[in-house]
Amino acid sequence: MNLDYTPDQKAFRDEVRAFLAENLPERLTDKGRAGRPLTKRDHEEWHAILNSRGWLAGHWPTEHGGQGWDAVQRHIFEMETTAAGAPRIVPFGVMMLGPVLLKFGSEAQKAHYLPRILDGTDWWCQGYSEPGAGSDLASLRCEAVRDGDHYVVNGQKTWTTLGQYADHIFCLVRTSKEGKPQEGISFLLIDMATPGIEVRPIRLIDGSVEVNEVWFSDVRVPVANLVGAENMGWTIAKYLLTHERTNIAGVGFASAGLAALKRMAKGQMDRGRPLTENPHFAARLARIEIDLMAMATTNLRVVSAAAAGQAPGPESSMLKVKGTILRQEINNLAKTAAGPWALPFQSEALEGANDAIGPEGTRRATATYFNNRKLSIYGGSNEVQRNIIAKAILEL
Amino acid sequence: MDFSLTDEQRMLQDGLRRLLTSGGTWDAVAEMGVIGMLLPEEKGGYGGAGSDLMVVFEEIGRAGSDLPLIDTGVLGAGLLAAAGQDVDDVLAGGARIALAHAEPGSRYDLAHVETRAEENVDGWRLTGRKSVVVDAPNATRLLVTARPEDHAPIALFEVDPKALDLRGYPLTGGGEAAEIALDATPATLLWADADAMLADTHARATLAISAEALGLMESIRALTVDYLRTRKQFGRPIGKFQVLQHRMADLLIEIEQARSAVVNLAGHIDTPDRDRHVAATKNLVGEVARLVVEDSIQMHGGIGVTEEYDLGRLAKRLSMVDHRFGDTLHHLERFIELSA
Repeated sequence: MNLDYTPDQKAFRDEVRAFLAENLPERLTDKGRAGRPLTKRDHEEWHAILNSRGWLAGHWPTEHGGQGWDAVQRHIFEMETTAAGAPRIVPFGVMMLGPVLLKFGSEAQKAHYLPRILDGTDWWCQGYSEPGAGSDLASLRCEAVRDGDHYVVNGQKTWTTLGQYADHIFCLVRTSKEGKPQEGISFLLIDMATPGIEVRPIRLIDGSVEVNEVWFSDVRVPVANLVGAENMGWTIAKYLLTHERTNIAGVGFASAGLAALKRMAKGQMDRGRPLTENPHFAARLARIEIDLMAMATTNLRVVSAAAAGQAPGPESSMLKVKGTILRQEINNLAKTAAGPWALPFQSEALEGANDAIGPEGTRRATATYFNNRKLSIYGGSNEVQRNIIAKAILEL
Repeated sequence: MDFSLTDEQRMLQDGLRRLLTSGGTWDAVAEMGVIGMLLPEEKGGYGGAGSDLMVVFEEIGRAGSDLPLIDTGVLGAGLLAAAGQDVDDVLAGGARIALAHAEPGSRYDLAHVETRAEENVDGWRLTGRKSVVVDAPNATRLLVTARPEDHAPIALFEVDPKALDLRGYPLTGGGEAAEIALDATPATLLWADADAMLADTHARATLAISAEALGLMESIRALTVDYLRTRKQFGRPIGKFQVLQHRMADLLIEIEQARSAVVNLAGHIDTPDRDRHVAATKNLVGEVARLVVEDSIQMHGGIGVTEEYDLGRLAKRLSMVDHRFGDTLHHLERFIELSA
């Protein structure tokens, strides 16, 4: 047993650090630290910087513009970028659709779409959930009916993250009502400029607008935009859920969040001493850190197995549950640490309109706490993840 | 032992519930005599028992109302009455009162007052900063605490809010507040040694906000149970899944604990061991509030955090209860000290 990175892995880590020190714009890290939302242009700027180094999709194979990173390299890259306060890579094209096309796409689809994801030509969003199909995703009803060389799509998708910025959407659609619901689902690529598509924003209680409803009425999609075979969509969705989510534990986010929480709490005075010296606060902070130290290693154990060629499979459900609980605990303690400064409603919508209230580290604590309730809901709720663990690992 | 309400309290409860569900305004609530119910007779009111406060504020919470009844009714009227002022106009709804006590570095420490009062030939002048002063932007009267010198008792003053350039900001879950900068601002001295009356009114305000939290919990519980019964996934209502049944059952148990904690404080608000009950109740209510907020949102899924659905606003209000008059950590520490 040896918990250290290999010399090659250390060299890679140093290379990433050096690159970030040189190329990560301070303007973007400042925004991140203050909890201010990034614009579409900010995301595009960071993607372009990474792409110029070939690191936007480092886990893709070299022939498609990646570096062929293994799971440990990806982990190192993710840890270093989050620690440096870099924006997250918008996942829909690079992390989700890319790997799907690499595994299931036709040569024509790979040749057309993959370069456009890397150079920023296309901004993808995800059309999975529907008002009636949340945890029970397989009950989805958005329908694609074959008409010559086209599918005609009708229905509604919801919780589409950053759909307001997107020009393309990958969707799970119903192509058959025969057999089990899972067997009649297909994976379809849709250009959002096609007539019949409407995007409506959903305002959330933290004041943010990051998710949307997407409505389809008689939207004509070329049959060539089908990924894999018709009615194979569920297999593709499951592949995405379990095989391509090495960062699902969010260790980097948790570490960065914990560091920010400690910085902020040290500056809050509590009856004449820094809050971090309140024994009850200190105990909660310590419990989080202890949990995080273990989870980082759980994550590395799964990542190492993946790097050695064993697919992580249902273990990613374990990482998702533990990781989201931990991040939400950090968010809760940050809200507690903010004290009375948690009271002002400081949403991103009000940014600039009002003077910010309270010390900088406290201002976004309440909004972040409420926004991150989503962590245990999206991407397969934690209840669904526990079902997967019970069935696939425990065989109950 | 008798946990039942008096006939008068039941009428107040029914009337207030009806009024608030039809969008009760400040004037209508005052006209009903609700503010007077918060003060005892010797202070000009006609209620003031712990159970009176519990009845009123549970209804405020149940309705998710953001009327500043704690600020004007409990803190404002309570302090004015304690300082021997006539409060008839306040009880009739003729004033909105904000208390500017907390300061940028005070967190939840009532004794932390750095604002300085100086007396010269023209009278008193105050200099300092007050933060998150709830309802200050709408206040017609502003009460301000300050000390004439470092270790002197806290004194209570009144400042004309029109003399200040107050810019309000919204609070999470409703209501408004302002930051206040005082720079040799003229003030009228109401009471020179106000420590005890501040402790007293804050104890009552803690009871009020705990009862409000209880009302919010009851409304959230009703919404969530209704959602569990009607939302269908996997071909049946999600409330048929045992994991959610157990989660909801645990919420019910904890909300009943919160009710008992509020009853405990209501029953001890005028007894010598009041402060230990304040700490116990606020700590427990804060813990249960977190559980109710987080579990109710989780059981709803994404709809629970959308602006258009009721739960979000109620959850935000409930979550903010832990950020006024001391949070769970503050009161845990207080309870340990007071129990030693």
